[in-house]
Amino acid sequence: MTSLLDVQDLSVVFRTERGALTAVNSVSFDLAAGETLAIVGESGSGKSVTALSLLGLLGEAGRIAGGSIRFDGEDITRPGAGRLREIRGNQIAMIFQEPMSSLNPVLTIGEQVAEPLRLHKGLGRAEAMAAAGDLLERVAIPDARARLADYPHHFSGGMRQRVMIAMALACQPKLIIADEPTTALDVTVQAQILELLKSLTRDLNSAMILITHDLGVVARYADRVAVMYAGRIIESAPARDLFAAPRHPYTIGLMGSTPRLASGPKARLATIPGQPPDLAALPSGCAFAPRCPHARELCLSAPPPVETDAGGRRLACYGHG
Amino acid sequence: MRDYVLRRIAVLPPTLFFASLLVFFSIRLIPGDVIDLMLAQNDVASSADRESLRAALGLDRPIWEQYFVWAGKALTGDLGSSLWQNAPVSSLLLQRLPVTLELGFLALVVSVTVGIAIGVFSAVRQDTAADYVLRSFSLLMLSIPGFWLGTLVMVFPSVWWRWSPELEFSPFFADPLGNLGHILPPAILLGLALSAVTMRMTRTMMLEVMRQDYIRTARAKGLKEGAVIFGHALRNSLIPVVTVIGLQAPLMFGGAVILEQIFALPGMGSLLLEAVFQRDYPIVSGVFLVVGLSVLVINLIVDLAYGYLDPRVRRS
Ligand SMILES: Nc1ncnc2c1ncn2[C@@H]1O[C@H](COP(=O)(O)OP(=O)(O)O)[C@@H](O)[C@H]1O
Ligand SMILES: [Mg+2]
Repeated sequence: MTSLLDVQDLSVVFRTERGALTAVNSVSFDLAAGETLAIVGESGSGKSVTALSLLGLLGEAGRIAGGSIRFDGEDITRPGAGRLREIRGNQIAMIFQEPMSSLNPVLTIGEQVAEPLRLHKGLGRAEAMAAAGDLLERVAIPDARARLADYPHHFSGGMRQRVMIAMALACQPKLIIADEPTTALDVTVQAQILELLKSLTRDLNSAMILITHDLGVVARYADRVAVMYAGRIIESAPARDLFAAPRHPYTIGLMGSTPRLASGPKARLATIPGQPPDLAALPSGCAFAPRCPHARELCLSAPPPVETDAGGRRLACYGHG
Repeated sequence: MRDYVLRRIAVLPPTLFFASLLVFFSIRLIPGDVIDLMLAQNDVASSADRESLRAALGLDRPIWEQYFVWAGKALTGDLGSSLWQNAPVSSLLLQRLPVTLELGFLALVVSVTVGIAIGVFSAVRQDTAADYVLRSFSLLMLSIPGFWLGTLVMVFPSVWWRWSPELEFSPFFADPLGNLGHILPPAILLGLALSAVTMRMTRTMMLEVMRQDYIRTARAKGLKEGAVIFGHALRNSLIPVVTVIGLQAPLMFGGAVILEQIFALPGMGSLLLEAVFQRDYPIVSGVFLVVGLSVLVINLIVDLAYGYLDPRVRRS
């Protein structure tokens, strides 16, 4: 099976006042067409940066310092700016965490949803606007066509996130990256948005990277899970396997006090005593060792290598046998 | 949007009323009496002469009555007559107004285009050499007094190249080139001085807006950087810039008064100065009224532009 997205040893470094900061550190994962990968981890672990690096949206301070990204057979690690713009919004689309601020306040909803269609599909103004109306209908915005001329401030947070989804799906991308799409929303609308996202990506056979804090969401929607800690993926596995038997002490910690899946979609990551390390001054060994109940001398010497087992689980831990 | 426009227009009459009070009484507070000035050459004028002159000019009535007579006539477009020349104020104003309006309009065009263009460029090239140079230039234009620069512009070309602007002013439609040659130098000076604030505001706002989430969204769509800047960022940045431009309207008239003197432009500025020296109250009140009205109209346009730029203000 050839994968749609193949990320190998990806590292991202930011220039900061305190020197270079490695936000993403030798991260590898792959994704087949139509598959959903969940990325979980504490805030600051590098989930958003990983997502942004796939689209070349790191900004001035950040750069891909190593590794490779292959998308649909093409190396897009450092493509020309022009090629990147052809991919963005067209083959890879992104949905952000903050629906309240992610839409332009001075442009109508119709203009904003129609924009990718005009840009990538060459539709004329009227055609694109009609298509935008269809899209708003598909994301179940009531009275969709009449709302094309409305502005973002006329919409609630949940409705804005529906607009963002419509915009992301406009060009039927092969990959959708949803960066905590429901974190900023009311609990009551979170499930609706995720259901919508899932059913639409299924219809389009789009792959999805779903970044989330919510283990219930992971269990319900993800095929695979990658757990990030301090810029690394410390464990990844098919979702069922990971929930059945988490192996990395950090993963175990995350799930440990979570009242398992029985508690449904509201289950949050458990809190683990201690603080994640400073990314500008990482310890020489395993970054989790200072908080790990099983840390040994070995753990402090060098970061543990990633090992893949027969079931497709990848684990970066010296083990605690 | 229609309601918004109507609300904006509804505040005009009361504002204009207060402006007229200010305009009428402030000039009469200046020490020195027009009657004294008029009779200064005339040593034999008796106090009876003074009183009859005062009565002839209508200045013997209570000041409130004078105001209401003046304001009542002003409502019909009659601004009274000059105390010195036998000419209606409105026709004097009509002669001078086009010059000042042209100067103000050209200065505004210069200030807005230069200010916004440099502001955007400086923001996009933040902290490059070009950014520093342009920002220093604009700070310089802001800090150098217009009258000094204006004097230099008058003096140096005539010393170096024996060139000096025409003293004879020709209206635009009679001699467009001669007119522009005369009016562009002060318009550019005034425009550049005003552009500094616009430029700084544009730059600051562009830097702020370019950090917003919706700019990231625009980039994630695959838009070119130019489309991100001009299609998504600029309009958001201009919302406060437009306000600043409106606030500068009075400054613009102030600058015009001075530059008209230096460049010998027969505009309202020179009319006003003469009238103030001569205590020609009707002319001074008339000029102030027209300037006040212009400032109000400019601010109305600014408010409308604001409503156009920012859909959120149309409601409240
Ligand atoms: N533009 C940036 N400049 C400097 N550091 C950044 C920048 N963006 C992210 N970082 C750093 O990268 C780390 C990972 O951030 P992020 O990927 O946003 O975490 P999260 O897992 O919560 O999404 C954080 O320590 C953050 O401070
Ligand atoms: Mg994040």
